[in-house]
Amino acid sequence: MRIEKPAQAGTLESNDIYVQILPNPREEIEIRLKSVVMLQFGKQIRQVAMQTLNEKGITSCILNLEDKGALDYTIRARIESAVERSLC
Amino acid sequence: MKNALGRDVPGQPYLGLQAIKRIEYKQTKSDKEERKDKVHYDLGSFIKTLALEDNMTLSFHHHLRNGDFVMNQVMAEVAKSGVKNLTICASSIFPVHAPLVALIEQKTITKIIASYVSGPVADAISEGKVEEVCLLQTHGYRATSIMSEETPIDIAFIAAPACSPDGNITGSMGPSSCGVLGYAIADAWYAKQVVAVTDFLVDVLDPEIPSVCVDDIVKVDRIGDPDGIVSGTTKITRDPVGLRIAKLTSEFMKATGLLKNGFTFQTGAGGISLAVAKEIHELCLDENIKGKFASGGITSYLVKMLEDGVFEELYDVQCFELDAVESIKRNPNHHKMSAAKYADIHDPDNIVNQLDFVILGATEIDLDFNVNVTTGSDGRIMGGSGGHADTAYGAKFAIIVSKLVSSRISVVVDQVTTITTPGETVDVLVTDRGIAIHPRHQALIDHLKATTNLPIVEIQTLYQRALALTGIPEKTQNLGRIVALSQYRDGTILDVIRQIDNID
Repeated sequence: MRIEKPAQAGTLESNDIYVQILPNPREEIEIRLKSVVMLQFGKQIRQVAMQTLNEKGITSCILNLEDKGALDYTIRARIESAVERSLC
Repeated sequence: MKNALGRDVPGQPYLGLQAIKRIEYKQTKSDKEERKDKVHYDLGSFIKTLALEDNMTLSFHHHLRNGDFVMNQVMAEVAKSGVKNLTICASSIFPVHAPLVALIEQKTITKIIASYVSGPVADAISEGKVEEVCLLQTHGYRATSIMSEETPIDIAFIAAPACSPDGNITGSMGPSSCGVLGYAIADAWYAKQVVAVTDFLVDVLDPEIPSVCVDDIVKVDRIGDPDGIVSGTTKITRDPVGLRIAKLTSEFMKATGLLKNGFTFQTGAGGISLAVAKEIHELCLDENIKGKFASGGITSYLVKMLEDGVFEELYDVQCFELDAVESIKRNPNHHKMSAAKYADIHDPDNIVNQLDFVILGATEIDLDFNVNVTTGSDGRIMGGSGGHADTAYGAKFAIIVSKLVSSRISVVVDQVTTITTPGETVDVLVTDRGIAIHPRHQALIDHLKATTNLPIVEIQTLYQRALALTGIPEKTQNLGRIVALSQYRDGTILDVIRQIDNID
């Protein structure tokens, strides 16, 4: 499934993550990540994001993530919200 | 060589509490000829008259905090003379001191000795811009090292909120009044030359630094910005998690049995620390307990506790708030003290050794209870000991208060990035997810488990709880050059701080 409509979720508060999902002209998922814990958890955040998009059946989008130290369940919830908002 | 904490360090390694190094004081240099014409009215032309040489050590104090104009003004003039390779021995360095970075880059300054560094100068050290290896000292050891001349000071520039024409200095008067000048006392008595920089020439009847210490006085327009001198950030936390930590801390303190008439207490200005003070305040009023003293950096909250009769005395080395500055004038039991009286390990009456409780923060604490407040977990310098290691050593209970996890970073780690305070001096960690007590207090642990409902767990348990929330952080090994040393209260080396890449 492609993302056709931009949407967002989350905040820039500590312990949260701000998620923006946008259409990608190409048939691929592009994740752009900024994180305060990039060194320690950068890979893990990308993994959780990709997994969440896969579970929602998304095949094409640009996902901008601005992470302020969110835990995995917060990351999943924020990405799911952004996807649902885009699809509705 | 590996020190007692397993860290590879250059110089004299920390060998543990049993092997604290004895240090001898030198004679003070205060037998100065009394001159009549000490006052100068132009900083630039005065500095031209100084016999500045390469490799000198210049000292500064930080009582004007982030409102200090003096270090920048003086160093700009010093740089014009063309001298190189200076060491700056400043009790602390703040973001306001950003102009020093240019002087570091042009090699006017090639070494920094301080107890706390934050902002652009901290970044400059971390990024390897300072040519020599810097020293991060405790507040107590800074005084010790000046008085023993392990750090000989060539010229001390003392920001003086009020100064008499013959050189009597006080922090309690003037437009840039900051209350206490505790961190400048050792400099005043031991520097080869002492220059007071003031914006308020007036008769001073009750000086903290007497005229016999002072060689010259320079009158300038302003020495500081009052808004930066006293911080506006000391507020009790309203975060329910922080409040729970404070509540647990006060319950723990009560359960130790030491919270009784005559108890002694120190706490910082952080939100959770202040919330602990509030809990203790209420508890003491409810149960009619009167403490002997509170000490350290003084906040308006501690002044309120003094005036409510919760403490008999305050020992103040640094005023954090205007209320503290004013309190010294109206409360005879609110005493000024020098850094040496506060925390010098060799002063037989030092205040930290008389403490029952100290409440401290931590960036990291490891499974051996070693604490880091010097660097972030990425290794970047963002603070320093200040009085952390001094008070932890002195107090019967050094209590670390922190959220277990904040912005996905666990405060409990297997090994701290930088050792600021050795675990053998840390007693308790109170988090929102449990209290860990150092295993050397096994009898207390058993007693508290039997008689209270406090959530006492092993520190390993807290570590596992944190990892379950955050996941396992990736380790990065830093092999950069050594840019600074973490120095203990006897001058031995606890740890090294390495250069980091300039990541933004």
